[in-house]
Amino acid sequence: MEQLQQILDQALQQFAVISDEAELEQVKARFLGKEGALTALLKGLGKLSNEERPAQGARINQVKQAIEAALQQRRDALSQARLAARLAAESLDVTLPGRGIGAGGLHPVTRTLQRIEQLFHSLGFAVSSGPEIEHDFYNFTALNIPANHPARAMHDTFYLDPEHVLRTHTSPVQIRYMEAHQPPLKIISPGRVYRVDSDATHSPMFHQVEGLWVDEQVSFANLKGVVQDFLQRFFEEDGLQVRFRPSFFPFTEPSAEMDMSWKGGWLEIGGCGMVHPNVLKHVNIDSEKYLGFAFGLGVERLAMLRYGVNDLRQFYESDLRFLKQFN
Amino acid sequence: MKFSENWLRSWVNPALSSDELGQLLTMAGLEVEALEAVAPAFNNVVVAEVLEVVKHPDADRLNVCQVNVGEAMPLTIVCGAPNVAVGLKVPCARIGAVLPGDFKIKQAKVRGIASFGMMCSDKELGLAEERDSHGLWVLPETAPVGVSLRDYLELDDKLFTLKLTPNRSDCSGMSGIAREVAAFTGSELNAVQISVQAISLNEQLPVVVQDAIACPLYCGRRLSGVNAAAQTPVWMQRRLERSGLRCINAVVDVTNYVMMELGQPMHAYDAASLSGGITVRRARKDETLTLLNDQAVVLDETVLVVADDARVLAMAGIMGGAGSGVETSTRDIFLEAAFFHPDAIAGRARRFGLATDSSFRFERGVDFAATRKALERATQLLVEICGGTVGEVSEVCGALPARAAITLRPARVARVLGVTLDCEEISNIFNKLHLDFELHCENFRVVPPSFRFDLEIEADLIEELARLHGYDAIPALPPRIALTMLPDCESQRPLQNIQQRLVARDYQEIVSYSFVEEKVERELVGNTEPVALQNPIASNMAVMRSSLIGGLVEALRFNLNRKQPRVRLFEVGACFARAADDYLQTQRLSGMAYGASAPEQWALKSANVDFYDVKADVEALFAPKTLRFVAAVHPALHPGRSARIYCGEQAIGWLGELHPHWQQQYDMPQAAVWFEVELAALTQTSVPHLAEISKFLPVRRDLAVLVNEDVSVQSLLDALREAGAPYVQTIDLFDVYRGKGVDPGQKSLAFRVALQDTQKTLTDTEIEPSIAELVKVLNKCGAQLRI
Repeated sequence: MEQLQQILDQALQQFAVISDEAELEQVKARFLGKEGALTALLKGLGKLSNEERPAQGARINQVKQAIEAALQQRRDALSQARLAARLAAESLDVTLPGRGIGAGGLHPVTRTLQRIEQLFHSLGFAVSSGPEIEHDFYNFTALNIPANHPARAMHDTFYLDPEHVLRTHTSPVQIRYMEAHQPPLKIISPGRVYRVDSDATHSPMFHQVEGLWVDEQVSFANLKGVVQDFLQRFFEEDGLQVRFRPSFFPFTEPSAEMDMSWKGGWLEIGGCGMVHPNVLKHVNIDSEKYLGFAFGLGVERLAMLRYGVNDLRQFYESDLRFLKQFN
Repeated sequence: MKFSENWLRSWVNPALSSDELGQLLTMAGLEVEALEAVAPAFNNVVVAEVLEVVKHPDADRLNVCQVNVGEAMPLTIVCGAPNVAVGLKVPCARIGAVLPGDFKIKQAKVRGIASFGMMCSDKELGLAEERDSHGLWVLPETAPVGVSLRDYLELDDKLFTLKLTPNRSDCSGMSGIAREVAAFTGSELNAVQISVQAISLNEQLPVVVQDAIACPLYCGRRLSGVNAAAQTPVWMQRRLERSGLRCINAVVDVTNYVMMELGQPMHAYDAASLSGGITVRRARKDETLTLLNDQAVVLDETVLVVADDARVLAMAGIMGGAGSGVETSTRDIFLEAAFFHPDAIAGRARRFGLATDSSFRFERGVDFAATRKALERATQLLVEICGGTVGEVSEVCGALPARAAITLRPARVARVLGVTLDCEEISNIFNKLHLDFELHCENFRVVPPSFRFDLEIEADLIEELARLHGYDAIPALPPRIALTMLPDCESQRPLQNIQQRLVARDYQEIVSYSFVEEKVERELVGNTEPVALQNPIASNMAVMRSSLIGGLVEALRFNLNRKQPRVRLFEVGACFARAADDYLQTQRLSGMAYGASAPEQWALKSANVDFYDVKADVEALFAPKTLRFVAAVHPALHPGRSARIYCGEQAIGWLGELHPHWQQQYDMPQAAVWFEVELAALTQTSVPHLAEISKFLPVRRDLAVLVNEDVSVQSLLDALREAGAPYVQTIDLFDVYRGKGVDPGQKSLAFRVALQDTQKTLTDTEIEPSIAELVKVLNKCGAQLRI
């Protein structure tokens, strides 16, 4: 009895002071191993009488279980301590910068174009494009601007040869699209356009988005609705005012200039109108059956207003200090 | 089109402020580009007369003057202007006056003498620039003493500048603008009263019009004994100057004035310089004329001229010739007012580099019903100002433009505008616009007036209705239309997706000009026949780019000059080349990387970007498509570090390091790596179709070989893949080694072979024949297995 208690006390005492897992296993052997104290007692059971044996056996087992429990407890404690030590040793300075390459970004004009395309896409406008070197016919004649028309002087055209120009607007895409598709049709056409002009507010190259909607029931009131909707969504301002005032484009009638409210005044944002019957005639669309409206927006102008850019030329300088602000 | 507000208000005077009037014009489609005051704000400045000038006792450059400002007592004013003199009429700012720049005039002692005001220069009143100002502003002798200078010179007037659209030539005269204002406001229109002068001269020049289509109406008359040296009245001078026209002489001023008033360009010839009659005809080929601006032009049959029996006098409707114009010495004149058809004038002036007030109006259309009226009006003014006797009008009138009736259907109006206008409103608007109409079965038949060349079809009338109804009054309505979805082609990769891949790989997008310097095309791209602009804006923007490399190099240099150590750029844009009888325009994507392959950081060893870095970017861009890179030479690139890129059989681009020569020329401390690919090759992709996934594990075998340096990895890979060894799924290169254990001139390559079957786990006996076959292929290529 006393001996058993003594063994248990010893085991508990010895386990408690061990801080190494391997040593713990060695110490375990002293009690539970083949040569261990308890094992020896168990072996001694055989010498006991049949009456004594079960009671003694039970007592030894009890002590054995107690030792095993203490052992396990100590093992867990040591393993936890080991893990804690490892974790402590492995801890990082999480504030150090991450490794690898950075990220680039899109040009603000692209960013703006994507936004425009997305908004019009939500209304079901498809995107169409056309060539930048354009035949005189598509850039002018088919748009009801015959040779010698004073409107040609308004365009400050770059010529490549007497018949080819750098397109002065994205409107030729209207013609190309209508030649190839039957109404109803609904497209926008973003792209580069060119004018012989250069200063802080004019660039010889800039971007426009042309919009065209031809259907049986589209009206000037719808044109106003669509453009106003677009501008309000683009600038995320429900109260944005849009003003339409009479203007002249040979390829629309009635024609309008679009202004939007900005800092207490009006800012010109593009031109628009109902597609001129002559233009529809050119592409064999029955202007009695179908009506259309078209609009052209200046992309840089929209980007400048949206992002606070003051000098148009910054868009084309490729200055990383400028470009990275749009990432 | 620039004009004085006071002049307009003499025609029509609505109860609107200047700003409101400007708003009204803008919303009528006559955009007010500028609305500015004739003079800056100042007050208490009157016309004064200098009565006495006495030297200041204590200052050499000052005078003590007695100045009459229209009151009982003259004012004593100390004046430093060198041109002060007794008898001069000058502006005088009185005590309490505030001049431009918030300059307050107070009583002051100047070197001990009290001064009670200030006589002014035009500069001090904000009416001239420093350099154009010479001391006191000397006013005409007739200037009334004591009268406010602002009243005397009408300085409270404002200047309107209209941006006239080409369709509104009718508003290139006061009469037309007034007509618009009256239509929009309902104000009364006070048209100028023209008094037809009695014929007092029995002389008439014969006029022949040879091209009656180009000149349907020609009116001219002689005036004799005209004093061209007469003073143009101040009111006329003022109106002309405020219209931006220079005063020349009384006769020319009158013709200009009538043009501004009625929109009809006119011309006056010195009758003494004419020989014989007047002929309006086409110029003969190579006929010459020296214009009023001394420009000599060589004419041809497309140009309409006015000629006499001896020579060409004028480019009809564009500009008169030198030698037949009116000088101050001219006594007899021949006055011309004609209607030249827009088709006969349009484009001609521009061809000769001219843009005149006359051509501006004729090519857009002049009111032919006002032509004769204008001649009478000019006659009246000339007789009033220059005197003289008046000859009979020679008038040749052919077929004037027909004013075909236009049918307007109110139902169509509602359909086009999206708002219904009733017949009453339509009638009202037509009346306001002086459009004659009749109602036929609910439709209008409208005859456009002679001054509206822009009204030809129903849509034109609908625009007029919208304008007068008010664009603002048309509601903004969402369209009501059947909804359908847009098609979406999955085998076309959207551009956005492609751009995003490059952005994710640390490239910054740029937009550069589509035109570059010719030298760039020649040197960097080897393009000796670039697509050139006929009228470039500058020599560095003279030709269309056939590659995006020029813009990228330019952008790289721009940023290197601003101390950016690491620059990675890309652009998407069209490239241009000549084709048989047209131009090739292809969209390309191009990128350039310079500096460290990764941003400088603590946890990565810094290395400069090289060919293989960018190659990986290109490959990632095309994935899952695989590309082939074939060594090739490009003028911009290092000949040993450049490749053509193939997608399948098609060459679709370039990759390489910038040639050391250019690197040096562009002052780049390190080499840049550039690529350019056809966008079409990137956007074309395929819709995925799932292949069976094997349930059995793959087996990997590595093959390390020694091979001569000049054997390309691609050739080995090609041979290995073509071998078609059983079970082989993929073969990739995973290591290249040179150095210890490998002879110089050789390299060690290690290939990873993945084998797999869909039916079973492979055993060594199944694998070995495949590997043996691959080894055989390698041997055939000169590669020896490393043991």
